[in-house]
Amino acid sequence: MQRYILRRIFYALISLVLLSITIFCLVRVTGDPAVLMAEPGAKEADLQIIRQEFGLDKPWPVQYVRFVANLLQGDFGTSIYYRIPAFDLYVQRLPASLLLAAVAMAISLILGIPVGVFSAVRLNTWIDNIGKLFAILGLSLPSFWVGLILILVFSVSLGWLPSSGSGTFWHLLMPAFSLGWVFTAAHMRMTRSAMLEVLGSEYVKLARIKGLPEKLVIGKHAFKNAIIPVLTLAGINLVLMVNVAVVVESVFAWPGIGRLLYEGIAFRDFPVVQTTVLLGGVMIVAVNLIVDILYAYIDPRIRYG
Amino acid sequence: MAEPLLELKDLQTYFFAAQGTRIVKAVDGVSLSLAPGETLGIVGESGSGKTVTSLSILRLLPTAARIVGGEIRFAGENLVTKSEREMQQLRGDQLTMILQDPMMSLNPLFTIGEQIAEPLREHRSMRGQGLVERNKDLLRNVRIPSPEVRLKEYPHQMSGGMRQRIVGAISISCEPRLLIADEPTTSLDVTIQAQYLRLLKDIQQRVGLAMIFITHNIGIVAKMCDAVGVMYAGKLVERAPVRAIFNQPAHPYTEALLQAIPSLTDRRERLWSIEGQPPDLANPPAGCPFHPRCPKAEARCHVEIPPEYHIDENHYVRCWLWEKR
Amino acid sequence: MDSQVLAPSPILPDQPAMPSRWQQIRAKLGAAPLIPLLILIALVLTAVFADILAPHDPTVGNLRYRYRPPVWLERGTADFILGTDHIGRDVLSRLIYGSRISLFVAVTAVLIAGSIGTALGILSGFRGGWIDQVVMRLTDAWLALPAVSFAILLAALTKPSEWNVAIILGVVYWTRYARVIRGEVLSLKERDFVRLATVAGCTRARMMWTHIMPNIANSAIVLATLQLGVAIIAEATLSFLGVGVAPPKPAWGLMLAEGKAGLMAGYWWLSVFPGVCIMLIVLSANLIGDWFRVWSDPQLRQL
Repeated sequence: MQRYILRRIFYALISLVLLSITIFCLVRVTGDPAVLMAEPGAKEADLQIIRQEFGLDKPWPVQYVRFVANLLQGDFGTSIYYRIPAFDLYVQRLPASLLLAAVAMAISLILGIPVGVFSAVRLNTWIDNIGKLFAILGLSLPSFWVGLILILVFSVSLGWLPSSGSGTFWHLLMPAFSLGWVFTAAHMRMTRSAMLEVLGSEYVKLARIKGLPEKLVIGKHAFKNAIIPVLTLAGINLVLMVNVAVVVESVFAWPGIGRLLYEGIAFRDFPVVQTTVLLGGVMIVAVNLIVDILYAYIDPRIRYG
Repeated sequence: MAEPLLELKDLQTYFFAAQGTRIVKAVDGVSLSLAPGETLGIVGESGSGKTVTSLSILRLLPTAARIVGGEIRFAGENLVTKSEREMQQLRGDQLTMILQDPMMSLNPLFTIGEQIAEPLREHRSMRGQGLVERNKDLLRNVRIPSPEVRLKEYPHQMSGGMRQRIVGAISISCEPRLLIADEPTTSLDVTIQAQYLRLLKDIQQRVGLAMIFITHNIGIVAKMCDAVGVMYAGKLVERAPVRAIFNQPAHPYTEALLQAIPSLTDRRERLWSIEGQPPDLANPPAGCPFHPRCPKAEARCHVEIPPEYHIDENHYVRCWLWEKR
Repeated sequence: MDSQVLAPSPILPDQPAMPSRWQQIRAKLGAAPLIPLLILIALVLTAVFADILAPHDPTVGNLRYRYRPPVWLERGTADFILGTDHIGRDVLSRLIYGSRISLFVAVTAVLIAGSIGTALGILSGFRGGWIDQVVMRLTDAWLALPAVSFAILLAALTKPSEWNVAIILGVVYWTRYARVIRGEVLSLKERDFVRLATVAGCTRARMMWTHIMPNIANSAIVLATLQLGVAIIAEATLSFLGVGVAPPKPAWGLMLAEGKAGLMAGYWWLSVFPGVCIMLIVLSANLIGDWFRVWSDPQLRQL
């Protein structure tokens, strides 16, 4: 098993390296990084100063080494707009995004799993059709549009919920629902297919042969086995949620890292943008690695393989 | 003659696929009977309808299948007309089944103890220490050592042979009257097969159980069964006491099956098998389903389905060749 | 399972009768989704004939008619059936021209992503060995990048334009194709006809082209249809955030962004209509993709 874990860590490191190289190259390929780091309207002389200060006139490999060295020390550059280190800014805003993602995830599971179970148990009936429709709608509606419509209905028409900002539970409700919407559909689909697979299994057949009431067959035997892949998916999706929250956070002015990215773009604050993407990628790699390692503990084949 | 425990009268179970446009006649007019304590073997090729018959008895058919005709009389009552609730009460209690693959039959997430306890809890309302003791007894009866330890273990910690015995224990826990075993030894090692069969016979004698043994292995039939039914393409083509099947097979298909068994004294150089393929059950041939492969087929066989003829004591055959007698 | 009250006859009451010819045909078609198909055809036609269909110029606004609601409300006029935006541009015309942008970007992005992904998938699956390993590592690493953020980053670094957006989306989203196609190729490789071709002396290149490609075409097409929806939403997202297509072009996502300002004031039509268009197209693409997947897989059809 140790070999397995070491291999996973190795791959994770490769991913991180690739991530940094990609971002590094992209920035230089699409334009002049000095321009990106300078204030708008800077003159050539100012750009030269910036180039010297950040070593942008050196050959790329040298720059890259410096880039990585900085990253490892936690130096992700300084925000042009806020004038504090981009890393600190990111860390400041992260909890808000995590909170949003957590609630969105909870909503997606609370809504998605039961619908998936009912869909599978009442296969091809009208209940299943509603479930399938629900799943397709989830994939077809962009999350930010769901947010806009919610604002229209609950803030503008009914005046029940605040349309932006944060602070109370009521501020959290609409953004979490919009963010969770797509994932509700994904979790519902996963639950449905996992349940269908389990319902066709031999041990469920045996449970019926034993004469157990249907509620017990579904609720105890089928459900427990079916929930495993769903939770795995949910774990991976959590990080994904944090990253795709950009639009929802923009719509609702929720002060998380998504909004930070948006601000970075709007204010042409390049270090912030770069930091958000880099750290977002790091989080994904880290979570995938953790999930892989957890699997090693759960699946005996890997453990003793 | 005692009242038969189980009686199938013209059972018809069809599968409806592709939104009802394809009808597969998996079981097409099967009649048989089983006395209490008797062991009936059902043999036939894959797809002959053996498993669907057993699933029909338990009323555990997949959603695409439906019993469209006939009766299933168990202890005098027609199972076809019972509600699901009533069937649930019968299953596990009076009627039970052993599935083919022991690896898959047990839920990997629950302990053995939990899985054995379920039928007793459900049908006999047993609880607490009494339940635990009974579970240990059951394990001892199927010769599993150190039952206290085993009860707390999980299925993947056991060998295949042990798992199959546990499945056996589960099935007899409520002392049922009928046990259907669907190819119970197919996935076991040859060395364990004999042991397991002896165990089943043992249980049967102790509990007074009637058994239906579904298999494609004629050797097992010879060893375990009192009577045999031969199925082909959804129909029961012959049924007889076990000796009669082996010594006086009446149907050409039965003869062919027996002929195909290789033996040590066989002088033939090649293994003999029946020519041709089983028919497509969605489009069965007209007349007797076996006629395309039957060496003795006559003109009539191509056109009309033969009825069942009673040719000897408890010996029935569905073949035109026996019409005159 | 079933708990039915039975009639005295031995046949159960709800046994289906032998299906009619019409029902057989319908079953064969597997209930092809007509409405989504019509919607998609309508989309293509609208995009092609935008010049004829649109009543006004989508980029020129009439300031005297700012923020007019749709025609059926007070202050609405028949000139601007679906209302106007903050600088007096006709919403309907913008929606019509916007279809061009959405269609163009989505199809191009899918073509790019599909080409890259399929090529890599075939290469990786077929050649195996270290090529496979390298491509797999690359795919995994690429998947580790946060797709949306990455697309945003790329879009922020480049000039906003339809081509750029399409290229970016293609470059970010190819991994799905690579994975799926590779899987298909791997299982195809084990099939007898491929082995026979090898024995017959077929060169690798020729094999990939004549034997493997046609067989993965099905999966590739299914995937492409399903990815169309993803592409459209991705483009709308980028435009909404201001890094996709640039104003004054009438990209639907951009319309949503511009409309947001008027949301609190109650100018709902600016937010609802573009979103409905997006929804209809994506929904239709998904339904058709789903249907096509079931229809082209003979195994699934039997159910």
